Amino acid sequence: MTYCIAQIPQWLAEPGLTHFLVISAILFSLGLLAVLTRRNVIMVLMGIELLLNSANINFIAFARYTTLALDAHLIALFVIILAAAEAAIALAIVLNIYQQFSTVNVDEVSTLRE
Amino acid sequence: MTSDTLIQFALYILFLPLLGFLLLIFFGKRLPRQGDWIATGILGVTLLLSLIILFVKLLSYPAETFISQFTWIDFGDVPFIGPISVELGIMLDNLSVIMLVVVTLVSFLVHVFSIGYMQGDVRYSRYFAYLGLFSFSMLGIVITHNFLMMYIFWELVGLSSYLLIGHWYEKKTASDAAKKAFIVNRIGDAGMFVGIMIIFVTFSTFTFEKIFDSIAVGTIPFGSEAWLTAAGILIFCGAIGKSAQFPLHTWLPDAMEGPTPVSALIHAATMVAAGVYLIARTFTIMTGDALMVITYIGLITAIIGAVIAITQFDIKKVLAYSTISQLGYMVMALGTGAFTAGFFHLVTHASFKAGLFLGSGSVIHAMHEALHKKHDHQTDPQDIRNMGGLKKKMPVTYLTFLIFTLAISGVPFTSGFLSKDEILAGTLGFASVTGHYLVPVLAFLVAGLTAFYMFRLLILTFHGDHADSSRENDIHESPGVMTIPLIIFAALSLWFFYSFNPFGASSGWFYAAIERPMSVVPSVVQPVAAEVFKDAVHHAHTLAMVLSILIAGLGILFAFVVYHFRRVDADRLKNAAGPLYDFSYNKLYFDEMYDRSVVGGTMGLSNLSKWFDDTIIDGIVNGSAAITRWWSAFTGRFDNVVIDGLVNFSAYFTGFIGLILRKFQTGKVQTYIVFVIFSIIVFFFIFRTL
Repeated sequence: MTYCIAQIPQWLAEPGLTHFLVISAILFSLGLLAVLTRRNVIMVLMGIELLLNSANINFIAFARYTTLALDAHLIALFVIILAAAEAAIALAIVLNIYQQFSTVNVDEVSTLRE
Repeated sequence: MTSDTLIQFALYILFLPLLGFLLLIFFGKRLPRQGDWIATGILGVTLLLSLIILFVKLLSYPAETFISQFTWIDFGDVPFIGPISVELGIMLDNLSVIMLVVVTLVSFLVHVFSIGYMQGDVRYSRYFAYLGLFSFSMLGIVITHNFLMMYIFWELVGLSSYLLIGHWYEKKTASDAAKKAFIVNRIGDAGMFVGIMIIFVTFSTFTFEKIFDSIAVGTIPFGSEAWLTAAGILIFCGAIGKSAQFPLHTWLPDAMEGPTPVSALIHAATMVAAGVYLIARTFTIMTGDALMVITYIGLITAIIGAVIAITQFDIKKVLAYSTISQLGYMVMALGTGAFTAGFFHLVTHASFKAGLFLGSGSVIHAMHEALHKKHDHQTDPQDIRNMGGLKKKMPVTYLTFLIFTLAISGVPFTSGFLSKDEILAGTLGFASVTGHYLVPVLAFLVAGLTAFYMFRLLILTFHGDHADSSRENDIHESPGVMTIPLIIFAALSLWFFYSFNPFGASSGWFYAAIERPMSVVPSVVQPVAAEVFKDAVHHAHTLAMVLSILIAGLGILFAFVVYHFRRVDADRLKNAAGPLYDFSYNKLYFDEMYDRSVVGGTMGLSNLSKWFDDTIIDGIVNGSAAITRWWSAFTGRFDNVVIDGLVNFSAYFTGFIGLILRKFQTGKVQTYIVFVIFSIIVFFFIFRTL
């Protein structure tokens, strides 16, 4: 028996590369938005995680839908490890910044300017 | 005595006066009596040595010529020219030996006289030092054996003459006269130098003997006898300057500004005789044309000197012009070929003219003291109108002066008679050989004039009454140091020193010693010409003697009539002569003529060159300075505006850019990220198509 409630749009019926890329782009944009607009360093870091993960999605998607000889899974794993390491270092920096400036607000830490 | 000893003596004679000069110029003021005894003693020694040389040479070696020389510069064998070497050396022949005695004798007596005359002078020792330098230079001319040394000593004589004329250089006239003498002499010397160079270029040597020998075998400058004539006349130019011949005679009267003994030494007996000596030395290379030029120059000089001397009133000026006239006589005599007579007159003239000058020095000395005693500084002590009647006051001076005057006038029993007579005979012989009868006629006229003006001088100075009787008693005879030289000169002006026959010198020792040298010029057919000339002179001799005595007597008589007995008024004569008198009194306007032409021309030229310098040269210099200033102002402006502008602009630009860029450096990481992303997007769009 076949249920046919409605005609599923073509672009939904068969999820393809484009969908993943769109998701990835949305995720990237959100991450970027977080990085650019959040004042709290923690939030910025979280945005960076989103950016990395959107890249991961891209890698995986390209690995799935194309025949490019790309060891994408490996790179994705590598990125995850890198993200974890980066987060550790970044959080350490954040702690130091907090000790130095008594704040984790990015706007107020502008000694680079001088 | 060997020739080596003679040469050695000659060297002593030459260098002792130089030693004296060096001693006096450096230590003169510190020596006792300021060293006059050194200078005089040295000259005494040289006189003694000269006399020894004279006697030995004339008695033992009458026909020989001693030469001692060394090579000064040896150029070796010069390509295209041949061997060139410059020798220095001395030569003793009869001519130079006699000249040595003349120079040292006059110099010695002048030294003695100067001890009295220059007493108390400001630069007493320097005066004697310069006398020594002069003697050295003059002796150098006399005994040299080459043109180079001749020229060097010639210039040294000019220098020492300059120093001695300008001895009282505080007086403007004296320093001017010194300059004039030097410059006028230089004009003649320039000619002489060119002449010597023509000779040197041809023969590559300066030595007389070699040159004469080369000409004798037919080598003449540039293969043309005209060049030899030119060389002869150019060398004679030196004599024109030194011996004050027309047209360069104007320096000699002015040179009377020097001390009177100097005039006696330099401008009567020695320096002016150097020119005559030069002609005698180079007589053998003179061509017939050159000798003709020499004859006429001498003749013109003799007349000019005599004519001017008639009207002068300064005692020394009269003597100066008489010297010019007598020098003209000698030069003329050499030119006519009366070689021995010309040189003989040089010797006799040296003693009586030096005596005349010293006598005038004695007179001036006495006048000066008398005027000084009366504090009269207006009256000129040298003007013969202020004298007169000195006969009784100064008997020695008068008597010697009389002898000198008789000698120069050519009265028998004097030396002057002997030599003048020979010269006149020579001119007569010359005229009969060549046909130039103007020469003897004018020569006799000059003899008459000489007798006239010399006795005019003598009478106005010593005879009659003194011009101002108030100072008559203050005039005294000069001291012994001044009168003894006068007496010696007076003795030498008598005939027996030169020939025992008072009416003819040709039998005396002088004529035996000095013989007319044979010309080496190929075209002059010498032996024949000389014989013909000698015969002509011999024939003319008696005539010349009679005529010369007559004419001299006439001149003396006329002088006595006019000035002593005053039968003819001198002023009336003067008025009768009219413009001729003015002409003579103003020295034929030679000085004015030279002032207008040469001096004026030179001044005009220097003014022109000054104007040229001021206007053109300075204009160019100033113009270039102005251009440089303008250019530097321009570059300064350019530097300030353009270069600095560029530099400043780049600085401002950088600053401006920085001002803009600093806006981007906010220090906020998030802003940077925005820029990065924005940039990535931009790049993405830019490189999209690639």
